Amino acid sequence: MLKIGDKEFKSRLFTGTGKFSDNATMKAALEASESELVTVALKRVDTDNEDDDILRHLGHERINLLPNTSGVRDAKEAVFVAQLAREALGTNWVKLEIHPDPKYLMPDPIETLKATEELAKLGFIVLPYIHADPVLCKRLEDAGTSAVMPLGAPIGSNRGLRTQDFLEIIVEQSNVPVVVDAGIGAPSDAAKAMELGADAVLVNTAIAVSPNPVEMGVAFKMAVEAGRMAYEAKLAQAKNFAEASSPLTGFLDEL
Amino acid sequence: MTFYEKFKEYDWERIKSDIYSKTARDVEHALSKDKRDLEDFKALVSPAAMPYLEQMAQLSHRLTQKRFGKTIQMYVPMYLSNECQNICTYCGFSLDNKIPRITLRPEQIEREMKVIKKMGYEHLLLVTGEANQTVGVPYFEKVLDQVREEFSHISMEVQPMDQTDYEKLIDKGLNTVLVYQETYHQEDYKKHHPKGKKSNFQYRIDTPDRLGKAGIHKIGLGVLIGLEDWRTDCFHVAAHLDYLEKTYWKTKYSISFPRLRPFSGGMEPKVVMDDRELVQLICAYRIFNEEVEISLSTRERETFRDNVIKLGVTSLSAGSKTNPGGYSEEKDSLEQFEISDERSAQDIASMIQRQGYEPVWKDWDMALS
Ligand code: SF4
Repeated sequence: MLKIGDKEFKSRLFTGTGKFSDNATMKAALEASESELVTVALKRVDTDNEDDDILRHLGHERINLLPNTSGVRDAKEAVFVAQLAREALGTNWVKLEIHPDPKYLMPDPIETLKATEELAKLGFIVLPYIHADPVLCKRLEDAGTSAVMPLGAPIGSNRGLRTQDFLEIIVEQSNVPVVVDAGIGAPSDAAKAMELGADAVLVNTAIAVSPNPVEMGVAFKMAVEAGRMAYEAKLAQAKNFAEASSPLTGFLDEL
Repeated sequence: MTFYEKFKEYDWERIKSDIYSKTARDVEHALSKDKRDLEDFKALVSPAAMPYLEQMAQLSHRLTQKRFGKTIQMYVPMYLSNECQNICTYCGFSLDNKIPRITLRPEQIEREMKVIKKMGYEHLLLVTGEANQTVGVPYFEKVLDQVREEFSHISMEVQPMDQTDYEKLIDKGLNTVLVYQETYHQEDYKKHHPKGKKSNFQYRIDTPDRLGKAGIHKIGLGVLIGLEDWRTDCFHVAAHLDYLEKTYWKTKYSISFPRLRPFSGGMEPKVVMDDRELVQLICAYRIFNEEVEISLSTRERETFRDNVIKLGVTSLSAGSKTNPGGYSEEKDSLEQFEISDERSAQDIASMIQRQGYEPVWKDWDMALS
């Protein structure tokens, strides 16, 4: 079972709430995906209204909310928004997203590190969205992060695991769960990420913009389970043994 | 959290039976992967891997060249003192061993340094027994002041210390600390270390954590082969290394696996590792971890040392004396253990070159510390 902070998750598929055609479809798709952690942008929630439409649709007992800081441009704004979200949504979990660049929404590593440090001190369970940068991941761990969320490809691009080489290093080195976020466009990408040893994936666009989000939600659920199972069963490798050149152990016979 | 927390979850007998029940299939699986985990390491050190020794050697050779090129680092130990308050059943410096005790004074260190410098060394390993009254932190601080001007990389293999003491010594120019657990078998550890500070298993096993927290540049790990089932012991080293790399990720690591050697008043090894098995172990570590430095001391025989250069080893000592003052004045009478490879540093360097490798004398600069 996957454990982040003090919570355990049966499902390793995390989902998002953006880009759905309507909230009823979103609810149906997310329920079908069996996802237990769903991000929601604070900027889209009407925090003064207990009957907010998005929140009302996420009222399933299995679903945990993961507010994100989407829209902020630096650490200061991020900490502020995280605190607001904690008040409004009653959770100390936060997906840290700091992208000052409005075009590609590239995460700012320096501000993200600063904000993580501060939020961890304030008792938040921080899940930062970042580049697939192995050193940054270790710096975030030192800063007290509860997981890392490296991107597979530019956000919303559906291009899959363009950062695979770096994801492999991150998975190998990490002491905290690794959640591959952004870029996952097809269930096969999600399965691949899980086969590499990622602890979970976060999928939003690929489900939300599918003509049939409910079925796509199920497809991702199955892909994530298959990928994880393959990882645990230890994937066979296509590689062959090194071909012997001149023998290196022959001297042992002469000793 | 320290490694000891993790260690407590390990069950010696279970790990041992895991290792001995690995099959050819597990070994092939481990060899065919891109990256190996601790389960793969178990397969690689298992008896089942023996028929794959040549394949392991080829792979280890390739991985070592990929990461280290064709180079071998050269280092030399300088024994500062043979005083020791501990009883260790396998060591010539043990308290119950009636030998004359010497701790080098600054003039003597000066003389030793001259000889060692002439041999070409820039990487010095300082060694002592454990006698905190005579060779404690103040002594080490003075020695570091004295040697840091002359050598570009300084390592120590001395008693474990507290984090703040390490911080002081790092400030004085210490780059690397070697601290071997001797054995990870907790009960047998007690038997081999019946008296002295060293009998505190937990303090010793957590030493690399204290070093990591102190921000040391490099940590050396290992066990003494011969005290316990080597396969199980070496698995623990691999697990320790894995933990440390993930936790103190700015630190470098080296490992070594000295085989128990005769010494005055000696004890018979409980297990004997043959050369074939030592080759297996070297290759297993390299295949498990492509970045770790692997060092081999002069305890091993000439032919063996010549041949393992291509197998995964990355640093060698040569021309070593294991008695205080051994380079400049003392005869070999008080040594910690007998060395096997008696060739001079220059002979070893030529041997390395003949094999198409470069002996590297200097690979660090005080400006970087
Ligand atoms: S191994 Fe070290 S601590 Fe033990 S007797 Fe020898 S010098 Fe002393």
